Amino acid sequence: MISFLNQPELPELDEIDHALIRATQTGLPLTPSPYGDIALGLGLGPDEVEQRLQRLLDVGVIRRIGIIPNHYRLGYRANGMSVWDINDEAVDAMGEKIGKLNFVSHCYRRPRHLPDWPFNLFAMVHGTSRETVEAKVQDIRDLLGESVRNHRILYSNRILKKTGLRWRKSGEKKCCG
Amino acid sequence: MNKLERDLINNLQGGFPICTHPFQVLADRLGYHEETIIDGVKKLISDGYVSRFGPLYNTERLGGAVTLAAIAVPLDRFDEVAEQVNAFDEVAHNYAREDALNMWFVILAEDEKNLQHVITRIENATGLRVLSFPKEREYFLELHLEVPDQ
Repeated sequence: MISFLNQPELPELDEIDHALIRATQTGLPLTPSPYGDIALGLGLGPDEVEQRLQRLLDVGVIRRIGIIPNHYRLGYRANGMSVWDINDEAVDAMGEKIGKLNFVSHCYRRPRHLPDWPFNLFAMVHGTSRETVEAKVQDIRDLLGESVRNHRILYSNRILKKTGLRWRKSGEKKCCG
Repeated sequence: MNKLERDLINNLQGGFPICTHPFQVLADRLGYHEETIIDGVKKLISDGYVSRFGPLYNTERLGGAVTLAAIAVPLDRFDEVAEQVNAFDEVAHNYAREDALNMWFVILAEDEKNLQHVITRIENATGLRVLSFPKEREYFLELHLEVPDQ
């Protein structure tokens, strides 16, 4: 288990970290020495860029480094947000189990809004069709057993807005997505 | 999609090395030439299979406030409300979903106070109630997306 996932304290970031984040948030150069090229652009030493990125990874500011796949283009045309009403005592153990399934791309505990919304666990399921999503959701259902009271799948039928990562300097606005 | 592309997608969703010649390290590990790997990643991006290559940042760890929000939008007002919601810079992603709560969007703000303010402004602009579902806990994901067989 990675400890940063649920720890509230934020890591200290200085101006150089901010510059590094801005320089890499839309991607790394596709060259033999991408970190060295970033370092050149920022006027830093290549070792410093590597050390700082390693630290950002260690403290969870960076989740991972690699390709960010386009699910839809890869054939995962059906995207179902499965939502689950699970006993409060069991929800964290169940969340850990669901996270281990390779077809789940996000798994979060979120607040209920009773009486209309009893669901407290959200797991995003991707499949090549609604049938495959339903089969996968059934796998989750089987895994969860008695602790589930109710569940639902919310399919997306349209993307209304999708902006890329945005993270700006200056303290007025720090954002990304 | 060829073998190289599948190998890249299945092996490169994380763990890209932090070192002087990371593509060379990867090439040795996967049994390709360095330039083959680099060209392969470029092609995945230009073909649209990959939207980006690099670090995936975690908004919360950068000090921002984030929530997943939802509105039950009357169908005859759906497009109008989508426009009203999307007009907010703080709204990052917005998806139509098949449910009574039929509009789901992510709000990113500088801090908690601003986040609440944005929610209030969206409620005022649309005249509709915004339900907020901030993340209370995140569960570690062990595995990543595999290229589907098809």
